[in-house]
Amino acid sequence: MTSLKSRLSGNLNRHIMGWLMAMPMALVLLVFLMAPIVMITVVSFWGATEWSIYPAFQFDNYEFLLTSEVTYRVFLNTFKYALITWICTLLIGFTVAYFLAFHVRSLTWQIALFLLCTIPFWTSNIIRMISWIPFLGRNGLANSALISWGVIDEPVEWLLFSDFSVILAFVHLYTLFMVVPIFNTMMRIDKSLIEAAVDGGAKGWQVLWYVIIPLTKPGIMIGTIFVVTLVMGDFITVRFMSGSQSANVGRMIQNDIGLLQYPSASATAVILLITVLMVIGILLRFVDIRKEL
Amino acid sequence: MEPRPTSFYILSAIFVLFLVFLYGPTLTIAILSFQGPGGGLTFPMRGVSLHWFKDLFQQQAVGDIWGSFSRSIVLGLMVMVTTVVVSVMGGLAFRKRFAGSGILFYLIITSLVIPSILISLGVGLIWSQAGLNVHWSTTGYGAQLTWTLPFGLLIMFAVFNRFDQSFEEAARDLGASPWQTLRHVVLPIIAPSLIGVALFGFTLSYDEFARTLLTSGSYNTLPLEIFGMTTNVTTPVLFALGTLTTVFSLLIIGVFLILAWIMNRKRSRQGSDAGKGLV
Repeated sequence: MTSLKSRLSGNLNRHIMGWLMAMPMALVLLVFLMAPIVMITVVSFWGATEWSIYPAFQFDNYEFLLTSEVTYRVFLNTFKYALITWICTLLIGFTVAYFLAFHVRSLTWQIALFLLCTIPFWTSNIIRMISWIPFLGRNGLANSALISWGVIDEPVEWLLFSDFSVILAFVHLYTLFMVVPIFNTMMRIDKSLIEAAVDGGAKGWQVLWYVIIPLTKPGIMIGTIFVVTLVMGDFITVRFMSGSQSANVGRMIQNDIGLLQYPSASATAVILLITVLMVIGILLRFVDIRKEL
Repeated sequence: MEPRPTSFYILSAIFVLFLVFLYGPTLTIAILSFQGPGGGLTFPMRGVSLHWFKDLFQQQAVGDIWGSFSRSIVLGLMVMVTTVVVSVMGGLAFRKRFAGSGILFYLIITSLVIPSILISLGVGLIWSQAGLNVHWSTTGYGAQLTWTLPFGLLIMFAVFNRFDQSFEEAARDLGASPWQTLRHVVLPIIAPSLIGVALFGFTLSYDEFARTLLTSGSYNTLPLEIFGMTTNVTTPVLFALGTLTTVFSLLIIGVFLILAWIMNRKRSRQGSDAGKGLV
């Protein structure tokens, strides 16, 4: 009886201690994550004049959004960016991680090359975007090289400030988010499984397709979550690399903010958030993040 | 050792290309920042000079580069310290599997995947409606934590997933109090990983743009300043600034990596097995 009692109080103690230690984190998330989401949702029902916003409860902002053909085009464009970037980063990220995990033989080299891949992640995204200008511009390296090889006669205009440059920048910035989780999962694959497959007569591509890829799926999923959400929520890469010629949802929100149309920006933000959370909800069904770390 | 298969050479070539893709553009602007005074944003180089770096150090129309640089460093350090402390506490808390930890975990994931502009917009709206002024050291700081804390906590999860609990049990069996166990057993074992958390905290803050956009008020942080420059500066001074901040980032990364390396060496020399608690 006493042991049950002490166990109960021990349990209670555990929950209280847990909450106390998690309190700073919970507070930050409450003030800077939950409250902003609530505020955006509330303001999305407000009205706006040219210079101010006023509390109201009207569906005008949503009605305008959902009946506008532009909204659907912009959302479609956002999905297009996400899909193409996802395919590119997955192919590159998987190949790089596969090379590091299965072809580099010493652990020291694996760590060194892995670090080399991750260092750009810790430097500024904006500067990494800017650094494409000398490559892609009208008189940039790419054009001069192509002209001197005789591939083209005149500079190609679509290299910079186009969908091409936007996606190139996305791939450049976010492939790391694929490499890291996939490499992490691959390093945990029991090498004897591969030996078993080889002993069983599997060819190289069969080992890859039937053993490695299925076992790497959790890492692929985590990478996918990162890449898809980063691309869907982006506004700065699209603005900078498209020279303001293409739009995605983030750009739409940023435009409204620039015009002080906060209620309209909030309504778009709410729809974007719901879309992103739905995508993540689907992806999370395939992976248990906490187990995979 | 068995001979390398052909695929090794193909994959090596791809890997090298990937590194060129990663580092090539940054190296290009590093070279171009040494343009002569008459040079432009692209090749060819019109002479080699330090002209554009000198330009940075002169008081000029470009903006308040050094002010924003020092603000970014202070903010980065604030975010770094908070991220380490709060993530460790959070990581320890989650080990207790307290009631409601699942909800907190989903909040963390939401914080990670939410489009940054929503944080910016929401915080900006709350503060403006409450009649308060946003400032980089209050709202900017809080907004950045929503980006660094998830990384810190996920690293702590990874650390504690590999944590050998028998060390703690041994300490408890020998009569250590929970605090003593934490202070003398758990913290020394996880210390090297905290360098990683600190690195994430500082660099993610130092480079953060979207979450600071509407939350930093009238004083810009460095990334905001640089972005402002991209719209009205068309000289290589932009590249010079880019090169300088990248070098600064690399120095910071280098310092952290060396710290981690020294810590590991010191440990193996002293014959301490503290790090072995991670399995």
